[in-house]
Amino acid sequence: MSTLHTVNKSPFERAALISALGHVRPGDALLMIEDAVVGARKRTAFAAVVEAAAKICALFVLAPDLAARGMAEKDLIEGIKTVDYGGFVDLAAKHRRVQSWL
Amino acid sequence: MKFGIVVNEGPYTHQASDSALQFARAALAKGHEIVRVFFYNDGVNNGTRLTVPPQDDRNLQKSWSELAAKHGLDLVVCIAAAQRRGVLDAGEAKRHGKDADNIAPGFRISGLGQLVEAAILADRMVTFGD
Repeated sequence: MSTLHTVNKSPFERAALISALGHVRPGDALLMIEDAVVGARKRTAFAAVVEAAAKICALFVLAPDLAARGMAEKDLIEGIKTVDYGGFVDLAAKHRRVQSWL
Repeated sequence: MKFGIVVNEGPYTHQASDSALQFARAALAKGHEIVRVFFYNDGVNNGTRLTVPPQDDRNLQKSWSELAAKHGLDLVVCIAAAQRRGVLDAGEAKRHGKDADNIAPGFRISGLGQLVEAAILADRMVTFGD
């Protein structure tokens, strides 16, 4: 019964990403979209929390949203993978349910 | 697989309407079915046909209507949310004594029961919002 968690706001704006990361379970995936892609960046104030969560579940960022904010894969915390919208759909299909952290 | 999509944010607000539209396109491209897109709260503003965005900007409302026409999507706006925000079909306009309606092609006005039903019919519900 794994879950795909989606987060769409920067951790500097809302608590949603940190809340979601506190609820992920082994086998889950968490996808950062829209402004939440900022949370995947190396060396931010939230990086330690994100790195710890990356040891529990798979973390993803939406590549077009990453590019729109001038970021690239080299800016990401180690282990975080990028997906396109098709990959987003695949993640939603793969996991039993989708929890949007709004 | 059957997807249900919920849109809680108005167009041109942040990015939720754009994300929902892109997700819907990608799901359809992969051969999945979208049982319904339910527009709630400010999301109902995706369903007016009177918007005129600048020519070099995307037209979200038109994009939803075009996607619905191409794939036979069921686009439903919440009636209570729509009435508060002035999104009316001909029947609602007449019922409330208004001189015009503005619902976009492919959209219909209905109630929260349609959201519940979508959640029952769909294998996955994906929510986009603020």
